[in-house]
Amino acid sequence: MIRKLCTGVLLLAASSNALADWAINMPKGITELSAETHQIHMIIFWWCVAIAVVVFGAMIYSLFAHRKSKGAVPATFSHSMTAEVIWTVIPVVILLIMAVPSAELMIKLEDTRDPDLTIVATGYQWKWHYTYQGEDVAYYSTLARNSAAARRRGSGIDPSTVDNYLLDVDNPLVIPQGAKVRLLLTSNDVVHAWWVPDLAIKKDAIPGYMNETWFKAEQTGTFRGQCAELCGMDHGYMPIVVEVLEPAEFQAWLENEKGGATSLAATSGEQK
Amino acid sequence: MSGAITDAHADHIEHDDHGPTKGWRRWLYATNHKDIGTMYLLLSLVMFFVGGSMALIIRSELFTPGLQFVDPAFFNQMTTMHALIMVFGAVMPAFVGLANWMIPLMIGAPDMALPRMNNWSFWILPVAFGILASTLFMPGGAPASGWTMYPPLVLQTGDAFPFLIFSVHLMGLSSIMGAINVIVTIINMRAPDMSLLKMPMFVWTWLITAYLLIAVMPVLAGAVTMLLTDQFFGTSFFLAAGGGDPVMFQHIFWFFGHPEVYIMILPAFGVVSEIIPTFSRKPLFGHDSMVYAASSIAFLSFIVWAHHMFTVGMPLTGQMFFMFATMLIAVPTGVKVFNWMATMWRGSMTFETPMLFSLGFLFLFTIGGFSGLMLAIAPADIQYHDSYFVVAHFHYVLVPGSIFALMAAVYYWMPKWTGHFYNESLGKLHFWLSTIFVNVTFFPMHFLGLAGMPRRIPDYSTQFTDFNSIASVGAIGFGLSQLLFVYVVYQCARKKGEVASQAVWDNPRGLEWTVPSPAPYHTFATPPKISSDAAFS
Repeated sequence: MIRKLCTGVLLLAASSNALADWAINMPKGITELSAETHQIHMIIFWWCVAIAVVVFGAMIYSLFAHRKSKGAVPATFSHSMTAEVIWTVIPVVILLIMAVPSAELMIKLEDTRDPDLTIVATGYQWKWHYTYQGEDVAYYSTLARNSAAARRRGSGIDPSTVDNYLLDVDNPLVIPQGAKVRLLLTSNDVVHAWWVPDLAIKKDAIPGYMNETWFKAEQTGTFRGQCAELCGMDHGYMPIVVEVLEPAEFQAWLENEKGGATSLAATSGEQK
Repeated sequence: MSGAITDAHADHIEHDDHGPTKGWRRWLYATNHKDIGTMYLLLSLVMFFVGGSMALIIRSELFTPGLQFVDPAFFNQMTTMHALIMVFGAVMPAFVGLANWMIPLMIGAPDMALPRMNNWSFWILPVAFGILASTLFMPGGAPASGWTMYPPLVLQTGDAFPFLIFSVHLMGLSSIMGAINVIVTIINMRAPDMSLLKMPMFVWTWLITAYLLIAVMPVLAGAVTMLLTDQFFGTSFFLAAGGGDPVMFQHIFWFFGHPEVYIMILPAFGVVSEIIPTFSRKPLFGHDSMVYAASSIAFLSFIVWAHHMFTVGMPLTGQMFFMFATMLIAVPTGVKVFNWMATMWRGSMTFETPMLFSLGFLFLFTIGGFSGLMLAIAPADIQYHDSYFVVAHFHYVLVPGSIFALMAAVYYWMPKWTGHFYNESLGKLHFWLSTIFVNVTFFPMHFLGLAGMPRRIPDYSTQFTDFNSIASVGAIGFGLSQLLFVYVVYQCARKKGEVASQAVWDNPRGLEWTVPSPAPYHTFATPPKISSDAAFS
């Protein structure tokens, strides 16, 4: 174990120049609902902080004030109905305050009516397949080659030299900005889950089921996620990349794809 | 309290000639609750280190991006085996061991009600774990589908598959028999005048836990049996191709799984409810409301299971129900935390090792409770689900929750078991090292999860490097710190420490402190008398 640790320390030292940003919070994302999800996450977080300040504050005060070494004489009280009622009612009130916005957001997340575009995502061990419904466009999306080469044990390739290590694919999912995209999810083998944090979407792809979810991307750009349900040996190696294009660009891309041309997406997948 | 007891134990000291048989027969044929309790505790200590070593393999691999030590298939076997061994091999048997040792002593009973079944329920376990461990050497390796065993993935397990199912059956069998024993003992063998509401909290929480075990272990057995028949007998319970439903397994599994997590925490609540009053020199605040809170938690545990499944595509109304029901759990859990706080309030506290571990429990379990509250909010949970945020959450409630309570219990009752104190300085050192490293290990995992790192992956993108490295260093520190625990326990068992008095601590409550230290092989041959005003509540 000590040898492993030493090896690890050396490896860390070797890669420390490539350390990336220190993201410590949920992203606000690029959809209205991802922003709302972020917001409700922060609200419940701050409630927890407030409760922690009160509860831990009282406990820490007690730990210092009511200690034997300071000559504290133990009180003899052992119950109080008033106290029990107070600390039952206050949490109930806080929960009611939280329940309302949470339920409202849930309803919005489930509202898949009137989509502009429907895409079927099918999970495979270990890649995704996308079908643009009614558009005659369908393709697989697998881990980008440079990541696939570097990920092998003993590959000799430093992951920090690989762009978007493990988070890059050959053919990303391409969607238009500002369009309501309905995503239908299923699987061909085991349970997978389609997760892109910036879209605040995580939904299981289950054999025999057709799950649905939706999003409306408000910014263009490339957004990355991963399979989130253990799906076997290469579960860690089936990333999801979503490329949001301007509507006109998207139409051009779609027409090109229908022509059966080599995927434009394959080249855009090389971008940062 | 002790004044209220007749000197009944004077009688049983004379019967001390019914000592243990010598040699291996004492252990293989054991029917004495203290011997069986000791064996349970030792087994769980061994399993704690086996499961811990697997955790260190996981953390070593995750120290830096890229694969250095293991391949993805073996990595998945490690996460699966780590969880199965820690849940069924370390935490659950440790609490059963404590129940065996302490419940008869706390209710004034001579032994467990069903001693031969007690022997059987223990000796099944080494067999079960032998079978489970042997799968590591089978073609296709150990199970690698996560301890949740979701189909269809679990059906891709190699030769290990039937052995996995069989070992889970055996563990369930052992738990059910242990639970029956606990219930029969508590219901029938309490000292005269010990009404149910006068029982110590540890006994109460175990009574509730035992009912949970009886309710849900057969459900697990049913679920894994259906997996077995799907694999070998042509059924399609969970196979979509044959008209079955993979999601049904998840419902059945979590109907077991959620009560299961309370099975692992309720006895910990009981332990802490014994220790905090002793070292605050004040009775437990709100004994009866603590009983009602624990019962409410047990009831709620049956109606919240699908909060583990907010992403499977349930109907909106189903998601709403499970979200609201889950949020409700915060209320009785809050009551418990507030009552412990009120127990300490205006007490006269000292900080021996059991109290330190209980305080560590109180603070850090509450942090796990906060992340639990966040996870209850379904729209946010959709982001947290299956990320490292969840890993952080359940390790906070299990390691500085259940495991710290177990450590506290061992330090608290070990002088009663061996007649000698442990080394207090080393005990305190063990506490501080464990507390620092447990936070170094698990706190950064919150950040990793929020930043988008999924759980159960052997390798990760480079932006997750820093926090993973920190967590790995913490894990190795935590693992090494536990060697100190083994040394302290060994020293105490070899009777190297200061001699403990009968009461051990400063005027603690409870019948276990009215028998000599070390507790004689047979105790309470005659039931003790408790005066009607005995202040348990």
